[in-house]
Amino acid sequence: MGENDKNPSPPHYIVGWHKTLSGVFPVVDTKLTLRDKLFSFLVRLGIKRMGYMVNPGVYAVGKPGGDSPILVTANYKLSFDSLRKHLGALDAWILVLDTKGINVWCAAGKGTFGTEELINKLRAFNIPFLVRHRHLILPQLSASGIAAHEVKRSTGFNVIYGPIRASDIPYFLKNGCKATKEMRRVTFTFMERLVLIPIELIQSWKIVLFALLFQVLLSFPSPDTTFLSLVKNTLPYINAALSGAVLTPLFLPFIPGRSFAFKGGLTGFFTTLFFCLLLDLKGAVLLTHLFLAPSISSYLALNFTGATPFTSPSGVKKEMKFSIPLIIILSVSGIFLSIYNLWRGI
Amino acid sequence: MFLKYIKNVSTLELNASSCRGCGMCVEVCPHGVFALSRNKAVVVDKDACMECGACMRNCPFEAIRVSAGVGCAAAMINGKLKGTSPDCGCCGTGCC
Repeated sequence: MGENDKNPSPPHYIVGWHKTLSGVFPVVDTKLTLRDKLFSFLVRLGIKRMGYMVNPGVYAVGKPGGDSPILVTANYKLSFDSLRKHLGALDAWILVLDTKGINVWCAAGKGTFGTEELINKLRAFNIPFLVRHRHLILPQLSASGIAAHEVKRSTGFNVIYGPIRASDIPYFLKNGCKATKEMRRVTFTFMERLVLIPIELIQSWKIVLFALLFQVLLSFPSPDTTFLSLVKNTLPYINAALSGAVLTPLFLPFIPGRSFAFKGGLTGFFTTLFFCLLLDLKGAVLLTHLFLAPSISSYLALNFTGATPFTSPSGVKKEMKFSIPLIIILSVSGIFLSIYNLWRGI
Repeated sequence: MFLKYIKNVSTLELNASSCRGCGMCVEVCPHGVFALSRNKAVVVDKDACMECGACMRNCPFEAIRVSAGVGCAAAMINGKLKGTSPDCGCCGTGCC
């Protein structure tokens, strides 16, 4: 009854096979290898991010039996890795759902980590015959996709929402499947924000490239254009991208305001002012940069809302209503101002 | 200190008369929006609500209503441009 394909060469995180009366199940390594860590690092940089998945199915941790807990997770490999690395001393089953390689939280929001998928996989993988108990432990952040009472009604399994962070699972299990208040609260620490930065930077390249090209094109008609003046005029835009995609996310709690667009615009404005004064840019040129650069950082910061665990769609809608028109007005004025500067030969 | 987002916008509604005090909403909410008081759920921090919809989906008595979704500007802009519902394009190209 083991549903997992017994490939001639299983993935590197499979360290053996667990034979039970209900079938043979792959045993997962509870230690991450250098290879896992390297690939996780690449994924954080946006490389091969979408194909980074494990096969849906039932996996064994240690030597689980009919009374061992079942932990349910997504088939995004980073989700799977962060679960298995905390299960060192345990005997447990892992049920991996097919979330199309998307993490628990996002998949629950989309409904792929959902009631229907869970019910289907419980049947497809013969879970009722695998264990004697009728309990499933799900990550708390999957609750937006799962209706626990519906799972109970159609399969007889009780959904127990476990802690948000996989690192709390050993304690949670020891504590009789009771999570403390802290385990139920989502966090967004400096380190949690830091790991998101590379993706934010990579996703901002189009805007930055456009701004840089625009500056380069503007500089060429002038006979005074030197390499140095070109660098001087493109630096404020690299700074704008860094302000919106790096500084604002990293220092999010310390930047005044609640609106992300405002936080990004503010950061962009002050860093641009600082760099322009440092590079001795004045007058109309300074004004142009102060229009264009903060609108870029504001837009990038606004896009960071999707990566946070505390922004509501109603809030995002509200802040977009005033920030998007303002960003458009500022950037269009900035573009016209640059053309006007060019015409006047500044 | 936890980050606070825009105030007075959450669409969360709790119908106290349908509530039977099972405590599911208290358990699933990642922001401590609910608490139990005298065997009924009460909303204690509405501005912390991120409208993920976990409470609504897990309330067996349908006592909670919220216009659930993902607070992602990129998804909303994408949706607007394509004329569809918010779409972050995750299955293929981009974000989360």
